[in-house]
Amino acid sequence: MNKILLNIYSQLPERTDLMRVLLLKDYNTRLVIVGVMLLGLAGGIIGTFMLLRKRSLMGDAVSHATLPGIAIAFMIMVANGGDGKFLPGLLSGAFLSGITGMGLILLITQTSHLKEDAALGIVLSVFFGIGVSILGIIQKMSKGSAAGLESFIYGKTASMLTRDAYLIAGTAMIIVVLCLFLFKEFSILCFDQDYAGTQGWPTVRLDIAMMLLVVSVTVIGLQSVGLILIIAIMVIPAASARFWTDSLFRMVIIAAVIGAASGLFGAILSALFEKLPAGAIIVLVSSFIFSVSLFFGYSRGLCIRYFMSWKLEKKVSRQHLLRSICEGIENFDKNLLDTQLKKCSQRPGITLDYLLSDRSWSKRKLLKLLAEAISDDLVYRGADDKYHFTEDGFVEAKRIVRNHRLWETYLIFYAELAPGKVDRDADQIEHVLGHSMVDRLERLLLSEQPDSVLLPSPHPLADEK
Amino acid sequence: MNGIHNVENVSKIPVLVHDLTVAYQHKPVLWDIDFEVEEGQVIGIIGPNGAGKSTLIKAILGLVPKTSGRILIYGEIYKKQRSLVGYVPQRESVDWDFPVNALDVVSMGLYGKIGWCKPVTKHYKNLAMFAMERVGMADYAHRQISQLSGGQQQRIFLARALAQDAQIYFMDEPFVGVDAATEKAIVTILHDLKSKGKTVLIVHHTLQTVKQYFDSLIMLNMRIVATGLTKNVFTQENLHKTYGGRLTLLEEAVQAYTREARIHE
Amino acid sequence: MNWTDLDNWIVITGILSALSCALLGNFMVLRRLSMMGDAISHAVLPGLAAAFLISGSRDSITMFFGAAVVGILTAVFTDLIHRLGKVEESASMGVVFTTLFAVGLIMIVKGADAVDLDPGCVLYGAIELVPLDTKTVFNIPVPRAVIVLTTVFVLNALFVIFFYKELKISSFDPELATTVGANALWMHFILMTLVAVTTVASFESVGSILVIAMLIVPPATAWLITDRLRTMILISLLIAELSAVLGHVGALKLPNFIGYEDTSTAGMIAVASGALFFITLFFGPKHGIVIKSVERFWTLLRISREDILGLLYRLGELKNVNDLQVNSDLFRKVTGYGKGMYFSAIISLKLDKKICVDNGNFKLTDRGKRMAKSLIRSHRLWEAYLHKYLNLPIDHLHFSAERFEHVTDSKMQKQLLLKTELPTQDPHGKDIPE
Repeated sequence: MNKILLNIYSQLPERTDLMRVLLLKDYNTRLVIVGVMLLGLAGGIIGTFMLLRKRSLMGDAVSHATLPGIAIAFMIMVANGGDGKFLPGLLSGAFLSGITGMGLILLITQTSHLKEDAALGIVLSVFFGIGVSILGIIQKMSKGSAAGLESFIYGKTASMLTRDAYLIAGTAMIIVVLCLFLFKEFSILCFDQDYAGTQGWPTVRLDIAMMLLVVSVTVIGLQSVGLILIIAIMVIPAASARFWTDSLFRMVIIAAVIGAASGLFGAILSALFEKLPAGAIIVLVSSFIFSVSLFFGYSRGLCIRYFMSWKLEKKVSRQHLLRSICEGIENFDKNLLDTQLKKCSQRPGITLDYLLSDRSWSKRKLLKLLAEAISDDLVYRGADDKYHFTEDGFVEAKRIVRNHRLWETYLIFYAELAPGKVDRDADQIEHVLGHSMVDRLERLLLSEQPDSVLLPSPHPLADEK
Repeated sequence: MNGIHNVENVSKIPVLVHDLTVAYQHKPVLWDIDFEVEEGQVIGIIGPNGAGKSTLIKAILGLVPKTSGRILIYGEIYKKQRSLVGYVPQRESVDWDFPVNALDVVSMGLYGKIGWCKPVTKHYKNLAMFAMERVGMADYAHRQISQLSGGQQQRIFLARALAQDAQIYFMDEPFVGVDAATEKAIVTILHDLKSKGKTVLIVHHTLQTVKQYFDSLIMLNMRIVATGLTKNVFTQENLHKTYGGRLTLLEEAVQAYTREARIHE
Repeated sequence: MNWTDLDNWIVITGILSALSCALLGNFMVLRRLSMMGDAISHAVLPGLAAAFLISGSRDSITMFFGAAVVGILTAVFTDLIHRLGKVEESASMGVVFTTLFAVGLIMIVKGADAVDLDPGCVLYGAIELVPLDTKTVFNIPVPRAVIVLTTVFVLNALFVIFFYKELKISSFDPELATTVGANALWMHFILMTLVAVTTVASFESVGSILVIAMLIVPPATAWLITDRLRTMILISLLIAELSAVLGHVGALKLPNFIGYEDTSTAGMIAVASGALFFITLFFGPKHGIVIKSVERFWTLLRISREDILGLLYRLGELKNVNDLQVNSDLFRKVTGYGKGMYFSAIISLKLDKKICVDNGNFKLTDRGKRMAKSLIRSHRLWEAYLHKYLNLPIDHLHFSAERFEHVTDSKMQKQLLLKTELPTQDPHGKDIPE
């Protein structure tokens, strides 16, 4: 055990290294960080549109499809006596074969009954196979060393040169600008392709433009993230961003920020642990952000969603309880509720047994609800062992019953629903009913009735059945 | 009605469909459809399930390829007249989980006017808000669209088409699954549009409300059974022809034709 | 090139892993889960790495266990993130498998000193080394990979045979499957587990990415050829086997053409399967692009021929009009097709002796006349039918009848007669020929 700890300890970076990286003293580190951040930024933006277009994995097929292009470009450059690792040359090859792969995906889905998933799988694996085969040949070439081409598969940031960083930065900027200019067009295409078509937007050409941007991000990410994991740059930030907002524009920005942050921290970590593949680290950083977003995302995260549904459930149960008590008293004597003058202590109460039989709730839950209502000062337990409304509770209960019955009446008269069905429906809808709607219902149904009167229920109450 | 029109007449007809046939995947959907509609009317397209009602609208809007036929919007092909046409698709046709709010969706009706690459400015947002007010949805402008009820979503789609200020509106089953308030709102809008001389074509499937809503009808079952004023064509006999008695021989022939010939002219 | 015993073993290994993958792949492709294969094959990496690091060798059951666990986890996580997080399914797949792959990659790089395992070997295998690691079975040295793959193949085959019905129904309609008692969810997870196990068994020989080629490409190719599940499975097995053989031969032979010795067999197996796929896509017997165009041409030709016969017959009826001649202009006016179609039709009609040239004009021969009569008869019966049942106006009948006449067989003609009550004239007042 000690040995393992020692081993881990010895792999930790020296303190001086740590400071050097964190303070960006190293020119190369700065370069890598800026390059990878911009890559994450561009990936996050275009990834958002791909996610909403439901084409997240398209990028995966495209990135695998770049391998033959890289290998062929290498061979051609070596055969012409050049340096096989001239980056723009390799990336042009990657770009061309990526586009070819995308074209074949379209060909397969257009001309056969195979679906997109199969087309993606076929192009992905066959192109990768071609790439591997050509790499197999390259390894046996006498001229030019193939070592280093591997970094396109797993990604290696350390090898980035100044001109490479400029290339990445330039392409990323173009992608960002294009996405901003075509924001409106892309959003209408993603939301409602048919409608966009009827409005005269060239949907096919917009789609192609989007695909070209995906290929571009893939190509500039090959060197640092590698072709297997580059898809993560386009999927994970976008999927994470969705948890934080319901606005497309904000989602794009958040995805860009998450992408850039993954790039930043990934690059720093991989500068500290040089042996580790940079692509994997960048992906793990973004996965971490994804899991945080999944749980704590402000708009769709699990926590907020469970909290909201818990709150709603609580509100609904509270309303059920107050309505049950109110209707119980009403059953007992209708007049007792109509008068404001009587003191609350003079109003009759309701027994636990009655409440228990009124709805299908367990005794434990009912007692808990009652305890909560008592602590909120809506209900109190009288000396007669019955439950009575406080003044506040009575006002609140009246409001709830009123809403409920307004809604029931509305449904009966306007939606032609059977009265038996209305009660359940009303339970659901009433809790989301706003004040303006209640006002409208009131005007619609009871213009002449004074506010203080409890409306009669449009259907017989439980006991009278 | 089926005579040859001179150019001047044709340019006054909102929608003219001639010899339209649509078939996809060996399956005939519309066969030899011929009709024209009059300006300033609300026209219902009725027929049983699978009669090709939605396909008819989609074919007119160029969303499904037609096998043959000619479609003219005010005397010109649809591509040239896009700005005159508003479309209200079926509610299920989009993903309502999409991260936009109601106002954004309504603004989409104005994207064509705004033009390439330009942002949606305040002016256009106001136009969109105005359209939302017309359908009684102004209070919900900033709600995310998944938080709207079915009827409210339908009204958003309606507002999007209204924002466009078109001459002809195509609506695909706008009354399906909506609440009474929405139904009322739609009917009010229809009257409003009619009084402004706009033409509205609506795919509809409940027969009870036909007489009340539509001036004219296109009764469809793969082929046109009857077209004309509602009071003239909404008869027991035509209904029987539309919904009942299938012409098996015709269907067989159409199927054989589309299967074997697969001719896309 | 020398074909040796080693090559035999290599080919056998390739075939076995191709067969095992293709068996399961059919159901992946049918259920539109192809990319799940991609996801699982990437995601098993950490399972493998963990098993390696724990057991310190490749030769262990731990490896399968680790991979199976991670395979199931991939499916479970994808499902969970999709349902709980409301993330679109392919995106949640993307999140899960890239994360797991990244974890695996780091584990392998970190543990590389401890065990002989490098990422390259996991990604594109080392099928060339398979024959070197043998075990003795019945006194014959058999490569370990062959033993493992045979086991997996038998396992997959048993699964497919015993659960054929359930697999079929749950591929076709998962909800229906659950209602009739074949639990689609269980089927799904068993299938995913087997995919994970198969991936692990194959990764040594072909690598985890090329496994996808074997999972998806042969079944997809088979689906282009047939629509029947049983046939599809058989064809996919055939194609899988063929790809493996062609792949190895190609790896040894193809590089010779550009002056190199050989290349990766695993890569070439994927290339071979891809080649078979694209050949099928273009030249396939049923849905191939070429055959479809040819079929289209024949249909057009038949229709054009029939139109010309009909035209000649009608001109014959109008005895007083002598200035009208059948030529490409008239043909275009009537049918809308161009000169090429016209001349093809004329030549083929002449070859069939259905028409002949008389005084520079085309004339129907007796054979031609018989066929033309039948056509015109169908046409006019249709007009009568459409007029009667659809109330189509007179000037509208021709259009539909023109199309239907080409697909009317004698049975349909009889029914038409019945429905139209044996008319002798069409609605235009023209005679209906016998």
